[in-house]
Amino acid sequence: MAAKRFPMKLNLKNGQVEMIHGSGGRAMAQLIEEVFVKHFSNELLEQGNDQALFAVDAGRMVMSCDGHVISPLFFPGGDIGSLSVHGTVNDVAMSGAKALYLSASFIIEEGYPLSDLNRIVESMAAAAKKADVMVVTGDTKVVERGKGDGVFITTTGVGVVPEGVHISGDKAQAGDVILVSGSMGDHGVAIMSSREGLEFETEILSDSAALNGLITEMVEAVPDIHCLRDPTRGGLATTLNEIAQQSNVGMQLIEDDVPVHEDVKAACELLGLDPMYVANEGKLICICAPEHADTLLKVMQNHEYGKNAAIIGNVVEDEHGFVQMETTFGGSRIVDWLAGEQLPRIC
Amino acid sequence: MKYVDEFRDGKLARKLAKVIAREADDNRTYNLMEFCGGHTHAIFRYGVQDLMPENVKFVHGPGCPVCVLPIGRIDNAIALVEENDAILCTYGDMMRVPASGRKSLLKAKAAGADVRMVYSTQDALKLAREFPDKEVIFFAIGFETTTPPTAVAIKQAQAQGLKNFTVFCNHVLTPAAIQHILQSPEVREMGAVSIDGFLGPSHVSSVIGTEPYEFFAEEFQRPVVIAGFEPLDVMQSALMLIRQLNEGRSEVENEYTRVVTREGNLKAQALVAEVFELRREFEWRGLGMVPYSALSIKEEFAEFDAEVRFSVPKIVAYDVKGCECPSILRGVKKPTDCKLFGTVCTPENPMGSCMVSSEGACAAYWSYGRFRQPDVKGGKVIKLEKEAA
Repeated sequence: MAAKRFPMKLNLKNGQVEMIHGSGGRAMAQLIEEVFVKHFSNELLEQGNDQALFAVDAGRMVMSCDGHVISPLFFPGGDIGSLSVHGTVNDVAMSGAKALYLSASFIIEEGYPLSDLNRIVESMAAAAKKADVMVVTGDTKVVERGKGDGVFITTTGVGVVPEGVHISGDKAQAGDVILVSGSMGDHGVAIMSSREGLEFETEILSDSAALNGLITEMVEAVPDIHCLRDPTRGGLATTLNEIAQQSNVGMQLIEDDVPVHEDVKAACELLGLDPMYVANEGKLICICAPEHADTLLKVMQNHEYGKNAAIIGNVVEDEHGFVQMETTFGGSRIVDWLAGEQLPRIC
Repeated sequence: MKYVDEFRDGKLARKLAKVIAREADDNRTYNLMEFCGGHTHAIFRYGVQDLMPENVKFVHGPGCPVCVLPIGRIDNAIALVEENDAILCTYGDMMRVPASGRKSLLKAKAAGADVRMVYSTQDALKLAREFPDKEVIFFAIGFETTTPPTAVAIKQAQAQGLKNFTVFCNHVLTPAAIQHILQSPEVREMGAVSIDGFLGPSHVSSVIGTEPYEFFAEEFQRPVVIAGFEPLDVMQSALMLIRQLNEGRSEVENEYTRVVTREGNLKAQALVAEVFELRREFEWRGLGMVPYSALSIKEEFAEFDAEVRFSVPKIVAYDVKGCECPSILRGVKKPTDCKLFGTVCTPENPMGSCMVSSEGACAAYWSYGRFRQPDVKGGKVIKLEKEAA
């Protein structure tokens, strides 16, 4: 039937996105059908309306959105497509919710190769399938050449929170234990290693992954988890400061216990960066009562995305909300919010 | 990380701390100025001060290249890129340093100026080749460490016949600054600041060697230990200074023997001498005019000198009122002595240069050490708690 509506198929090999693909006419319909619907195919999307219609159970829902503007669009270990699924699924799942549906809004720059767009959508569909969520509605806009940076993708996700689960950034309390699900800084270093003007060889891949499966197992084992959050931009340091402020507590970390890959350490050393501030896209921070820490650690370590999970410190009383760290060296220091962008040092 | 972790070993640090505590004389204090921002950063990043006895104190010196650059020169750089429709490239730290009128290179960039962060002079040369129709200006800053790469870039530009590449040269010299601090009235006559010894620059010394410090160690009777940037280097160097002071010696010693020699890197020195010459004087933020403390590009390379090709007026600009950066850079005041510190001046909104770079004393105090300040209550130091338990 598609062949009848659009006698000439889109040239996914050498074609490019043109203004007409965003104009709302037949060209746009063809792009949607031959790229988006083709890969995302599911019954809700195929209703073909401007909105997806689905039934909801009684209970509590969560909703989260995330804009993705990464450069480069393809990086070691992922691309903007998979990232746009992982980012939003993770934001939904950090509430303990089961992530269900995603929307996807594309802003594409005129002249962008259709082959690359197709790769991105394909990767996005594969990521959604692996995370067991459906992309059920979407939007496409095309902007003039020079007005965008290839492709921007904004995704919104909704999920349902199981009964008895109340995870929130303001629930950390003195005495709680802080865990992370694996090594810090992989994503940021993988991105930097492939940025123009900064290429360096490393085997580090982005950790970009959907953590909803891991979280489901964690919540089943311990429904009373206090906080979950993914340390994305600003890294572990900034995310812990956010939680400390929200919960009005302090934190004490042990630097030796924070997992960081040797390659990431070396790259950071070279660039004058601190792995504590480098972004992650497939890791989570979990804060729980001390009696639950070991159980959660085991659940995490038995999951493919939590193999290197570790206990890295404790929540303490502190009216200033300082995050402090005992350094490998034996001294102590504050682990502050990230100020501005992490700029490389000079000498 | 091999060859790095060894110099951050906590066990060795504790052993060394015991030796320092044993050898430091309880009846006196040891005020040791670490010249370089790299040392300041290591001291705070690893909590080195925690491991030192009470009477051994680090005084933070002026060795942060972005901190000592006077505001007028940043104003010049902004004017250079805005007025000449040029591409201005510089090292990352420089981008946020506040200029006059609440401007900075980062803000100029946001307003449309083509300012780019580069990791090396080679990136700047590459830009010049890529954009032959644009003037590409490299905003060169830094001590002796970053000077040889600038010299190489100028020579390469000449060899490649690049007509659109210039350098806005702001390279400064370390020994002149240390000497100036020792000659300042606060240090020399009034005795307001007592600096008993110096942890000398490490990477700077890898280029210039240890010899240039010999004169003022002798002249001013202050020991100098060339110290590496790793935390164990800093501790070992402090111990070497304590020993010299205890024995009444004022010598130049080299802790950083794995990199630094007495004569330094002769090839780099020759390159620098070929391309640059001494300026009669140069303004340092915090120190004022320091004679023979900076370099300019020699006449035979004038076509690559931004100060020759473009108009670069001398701008006298003043620090924000109340900003104590000048005194902090000389070791006369601490960041916490400044009324702006932590009130209106923070790393997010730096008023003075010491708050900009992580090597600046104020930023280091703010980011890593502010829980130690007596007026900041409630922040518990981990080490103390452990001892109590």
